[in-house]
Amino acid sequence: MLYTNLNHIETADQHATIINENENVMVCCGRMGPMCIPVYGIMEELEEEYGHVKFFDMEFDNPEAHVIRNLPEVRGFMGIPFTIYYKNGKVVKATSSIQSRDQVTSILNEQFGVPVKA
Amino acid sequence: MESKNHYDTIVIGGGPAGLTAGIYLSRARVRTLILSEGTVGGQMVLTHEIANYPGVESINGYMLGNIMKKQAQKFGCDIKSNIGIDDLQLSEELKRVTLSNGTTYTADAIILTPGGRSRTLGVTGESAYKGKGISYCATCDGDFFTDKEIVVVGGGNSALEEAVSLTKYASKVTIVHQFDHFQAFEHAIEEAKAHPKIQFRMTSKVSAFYGGENLEAVDITNVNTNETERFKTDGVFIFIGYVPNTEFLKGKLDLNQRGEMVVNAEMETPIPGVYGAGDAIAKRYRQVTTAVGDATVAALAASDYIHKLKSKKKSLLVN
Repeated sequence: MLYTNLNHIETADQHATIINENENVMVCCGRMGPMCIPVYGIMEELEEEYGHVKFFDMEFDNPEAHVIRNLPEVRGFMGIPFTIYYKNGKVVKATSSIQSRDQVTSILNEQFGVPVKA
Repeated sequence: MESKNHYDTIVIGGGPAGLTAGIYLSRARVRTLILSEGTVGGQMVLTHEIANYPGVESINGYMLGNIMKKQAQKFGCDIKSNIGIDDLQLSEELKRVTLSNGTTYTADAIILTPGGRSRTLGVTGESAYKGKGISYCATCDGDFFTDKEIVVVGGGNSALEEAVSLTKYASKVTIVHQFDHFQAFEHAIEEAKAHPKIQFRMTSKVSAFYGGENLEAVDITNVNTNETERFKTDGVFIFIGYVPNTEFLKGKLDLNQRGEMVVNAEMETPIPGVYGAGDAIAKRYRQVTTAVGDATVAALAASDYIHKLKSKKKSLLVN
């Protein structure tokens, strides 16, 4: 179980629904470990700022996480978390292991656009 | 100064030390802001189980960090995390902190609790192969290396203990260490030396990483002869200790040779109104409990300093 404040994806069906019904989705698939927790924390921070992106986590050891573990884009990845960025249901970017806030925001801005400030 | 960007105290660092300072100061009605460059909770959130925090039988580090954060916020402490600090002015009576987004905050006192982070090798290819063969966490990534040959870099307790734990997955583990002896405890050395899957390359360092999509080889350089050998490997785990997060203090505050802050028993630095606590101060033992203890002292001392400063300003106004 992931003890984060993010919304969790529990099943492959739920994963399919989320990425197909939302234009921009970021999913962090990991464990409660030192490489993953900082990424969850960054996502929690960014949820409000990036209102046009939906943020989720998924437990790496959940058998249903095969939908992420078996993606062609993660072939060769040897470090968790596997972080996947989806646009209209398609993978547009995937990263392996810990990422900084700057690395995450750079991908979000490039793939989904810079958030419009009120 | 009365402004929404002025605080009685700014705490830089959001680990257990910073959060404790926030709890104590806010509860004492000292207007406090915590600025954290990373996730709130610091290194503590990376600990799967904390079983030696008095009064709590066992707790996940992430949850303990969340509780401390909520406790500080309940007393009115403001917290900003994942921010960057561009400038810091400590020497004047009025302290200034400028963030990378251009916002400047002022304070009468500063408590520095920036903590530490895992040391990296900083050699060619390290960032390119992070997560593609290079790892800093055996528990996280060990299972990706099942039946593979790997290298562990380091000679302390973490390196030797994690090397042994990685033998559950890897077919062969080569420990590369820069000295001719280990710094680990004797029992950890004995266990590693007795393990049939573990080999050693002493007085050697990893000097570069190579591969295609994934890591395929490293350069191992003998530090005595300077001879370098290309060594095939499927993965490298790096455990070479921690460094204090004090780079942003260089030129602002005297640091010792290891980059640590030097404080007295009241957690005061040589600059009036500036305090240090937690893993980034010069000390022998680094635990959540010692960070909490340091920060309690720092918060009480800072609170006293602010009270005296305000009394002085009031008396100057009266006279």
